[in-house]
Amino acid sequence: MLRIENLHATVADKPILNGVSLHVPAGEVHAIMGPNGSGKSTLAYVLAGRPGYDVSEGAATFDGRDLLAMEPHERAAAGLFLGFQYPVEIPGISYLQFLRESLNSQRRSRGEPELSGGDFIKLAREQAKLLEMDAEMLKRPVNVGFSGGEKKRAEMVQMGILNPRFAVLDETDSGLDIDALRIVGEGINRIMRGPGKGVLLITHYERLLEHVRPDRVHVLQAGKITRSGDIELARELENTGYAEAAA
Amino acid sequence: MTAPFPTHKQEEWRYADLEALQPVWEQFAEPIVLTVGAGEKLEEVWLPVAEDVQLRRVRLSLGDGARARIFALNNAPVYGRIELEVSLAEGAEFEMFAANIGSGLSTNEIVTNVKHLGPGGRSRQTIRSVLNGKAVGSYLGKVEVARGAQQTDAEQSVKAMLLDRGATANCKPELEIFADDVKCAHGATVGELDAMQLFYAESRGLDPMSARALLLEGFVMDLWDSAKDGDAICIAARDALRKVV
Repeated sequence: MLRIENLHATVADKPILNGVSLHVPAGEVHAIMGPNGSGKSTLAYVLAGRPGYDVSEGAATFDGRDLLAMEPHERAAAGLFLGFQYPVEIPGISYLQFLRESLNSQRRSRGEPELSGGDFIKLAREQAKLLEMDAEMLKRPVNVGFSGGEKKRAEMVQMGILNPRFAVLDETDSGLDIDALRIVGEGINRIMRGPGKGVLLITHYERLLEHVRPDRVHVLQAGKITRSGDIELARELENTGYAEAAA
Repeated sequence: MTAPFPTHKQEEWRYADLEALQPVWEQFAEPIVLTVGAGEKLEEVWLPVAEDVQLRRVRLSLGDGARARIFALNNAPVYGRIELEVSLAEGAEFEMFAANIGSGLSTNEIVTNVKHLGPGGRSRQTIRSVLNGKAVGSYLGKVEVARGAQQTDAEQSVKAMLLDRGATANCKPELEIFADDVKCAHGATVGELDAMQLFYAESRGLDPMSARALLLEGFVMDLWDSAKDGDAICIAARDALRKVV
């Protein structure tokens, strides 16, 4: 489903990714762990197409399509979702308006009919409720005045509403308390576990992985995948740290 | 006899497009006078009209405890000027929510002179400018607090968004205070659309144009939130924003 081959990327001319290769088949959840500065967020941004994150070598395909040739909004319409590590505030625009326009823009480019106001609000309420978020919060400007944990939970509500086929989740667990972590974990399973779906879960900690059991765990260090394994690898890292894992 | 034609040397005409003004000066030289009696209320919505050059010159006088709220959109294709002189008697309240939305080579300006004459008056001015091409958008706002106008509470918030390198925003708040127990605040920013906000919106599926339009809407549209009859200005502002994106 998502295939990354020998991906090299630079940010402000500084090489960050130095040959990442990774294949996430449909129906699987893969976790990427790694120390600070290893390139995890850069990988997420490159996959979503953030300007300034330049691919110098390698390829990434999504269902056989050249992902890197697509604009960010085209990637979204193709079914890719990025859960931001630091969700962005947009003053003056309510979550409802933001998501309704986003969803309908995606639907238009896929040749699907737009959702009416009523249907959209129903969908948004439903998804907020499933993530135990007060639906009234969706009337507020995008992420403005939200706590760190609320922003992360709101990202998952967005994911539920947009219903992507593949999600790259960049440290969605950071800033969450234990209960919120469970709710978000269940949300990821509910929204993204399915035969035609896939997830790349970027995290520092093993704890989220106990809620969202990954099929594979990869360790990213200095811009390269250095080890791959199953959930036992994540547990091992939790005990030994990254320094030993590299050895 | 009409008033003498202004020059750029006069501070309040410093950024004006005098060339565009010349042919129409006679019909606008005399300001319109609006009076709100003691304890009364006025709410006005000023919309752009279908003229290349648009001037609105108003003298607004607020009696004791009177309240006025002005919503204005300045969006002339060549030269637009909203000029407002307000005098506030004791306990009067004045609020202005206005936008300059300009494209191409246009000049749009909002020039205010708010005179707090009596004590306990309150004024709020919130101005937003969105400019593309080589458009100029200006706000010149003078607040005068007379001797004896104690407990005056005046605020000016001015923000401009420049969409192209060639666009210009001028902002000049000016305070003249002759009382010692007053609150006068002003803040001004000039910026561009935030790259991270744009990417966030695009990553959710909005094409670059729609993402820009949405962010601009967020920047401008809350100006009209408190208008009782804000539909027309919302529609006009949205139209104007779509043209500058």
